[in-house]
Amino acid sequence: MGAGHGHRLYFGGHSAVHRLPAHLKVLALVGFMLTVVATPRDWYPVFGGYLLVVVSVILLSRVPLLYVVRRMVIEVPFVVFALLVPFIATGPRTDVLGLAVSEPGLLAAWGLLAKGTLGVMASLTLAATTEPTDVLVGLRRLHLPDLVVQIMGFMIRYLDVVTSDLGRMMVSMRSRGMNPRSPRSWPTLARTLGALFIRSYERGERVHLAMLSRGYTGRLP
Amino acid sequence: MHVPDGFLDAPTSVVTGVVAAGGVAVALRKARGELDDRTAPMAGLVAAFIFAGQMINFPVGAGTSGHLLGGALAAVLVGPWTGALCLSVVLLVQALFMADGGVTALGTNITLMGLVGCFTGYAVFRLVAAVLPRRTSSIAPAAAVGALVSVPVAACVFTLLFAIGGTAPVDTGAVLTAMVGWHTVIGIGEAVVTGLVVASVVAARPDLVHGARHLVEARELEIRRAAA
Repeated sequence: MGAGHGHRLYFGGHSAVHRLPAHLKVLALVGFMLTVVATPRDWYPVFGGYLLVVVSVILLSRVPLLYVVRRMVIEVPFVVFALLVPFIATGPRTDVLGLAVSEPGLLAAWGLLAKGTLGVMASLTLAATTEPTDVLVGLRRLHLPDLVVQIMGFMIRYLDVVTSDLGRMMVSMRSRGMNPRSPRSWPTLARTLGALFIRSYERGERVHLAMLSRGYTGRLP
Repeated sequence: MHVPDGFLDAPTSVVTGVVAAGGVAVALRKARGELDDRTAPMAGLVAAFIFAGQMINFPVGAGTSGHLLGGALAAVLVGPWTGALCLSVVLLVQALFMADGGVTALGTNITLMGLVGCFTGYAVFRLVAAVLPRRTSSIAPAAAVGALVSVPVAACVFTLLFAIGGTAPVDTGAVLTAMVGWHTVIGIGEAVVTGLVVASVVAARPDLVHGARHLVEARELEIRRAAA
């Protein structure tokens, strides 16, 4: 367990996008998304240009486009909301396929969908082309507080340990006949989370002691 | 629940970003007071726990399920400052590595779920715990009430941000009704789960629960003799 493992979204490669220093990529992502969010939503051609930029970066990184598209399902609950907006928004009505919808609502829904989708695609591109450890180095170079970077580092390092701990608990409960689909399992699930908290907390204490015995003074080298 | 990019306009996103950065900076200093040099490993592991906790889906019925947000839970278990810090790190990791929640909306997400969620939950928890009898069995119900209140309050703050910097022309009253109504339902689920989780930790290791620490410290050592 540790630094060598890629995380769920990382797609290994050796392209120019992969090799770019992480702090530049994070800066580019934040700058790009701020520009996108600040763009008035009725400048339609500009959004085409943004999409072209994201898609060409993905193509340049040689990460399959389908790999990114398939992971965009994370956006679905938000898409549902955006599709509802034309029906609940105020303003003059217009007919689309025989349904009366709000005109400014339609425009707003387009803006939400376009900006949200660009955001998810751009973030996925960063996650797919950058190892978590590199992102941490980049964030430190961007002068994020050292302690925040350390906490992130520990979280990422132990994420798989803690989640697979939980996975083993779930498997053993299922094999003893618990039905996770029933609300009657709430107390069992909650006790599992309680046990998971105690295990994680105690693991944290052991990690701290192990670090102290190796000369930790509050800063990582 | 994670606000995506483009939901609030750029000025509002920047302002919430500044608020979040300030809040995290204070939380860092205070968390170091709560945990001293254990801060990095302990907060990291608690953040990993919160992330794992958010992965469990609790069945709500009719095929839908919800998951824990964890603000009040974290505040009661590890203290409000460490809890807010852990939630902020979870949101940061989710935005950067899992594309969950927009990068430009990160400040909004940290403000809503990290700061408002944790501190409302903790404040209500302390209020209720002060009213209930001073026993460890009062901790879990107080935590549940804290969780119940924290979720709709976060929804209210979201509505306020939406009224200031929203990008959709939806009537603010309608947003408020929908958000608070829906999040009260979520809050009930959050309350039940938070109460049960806190109860199980209090039963096993009351010394680990930040919100119960004053009760555990007040306990006197009892030496009981086995009946001969």
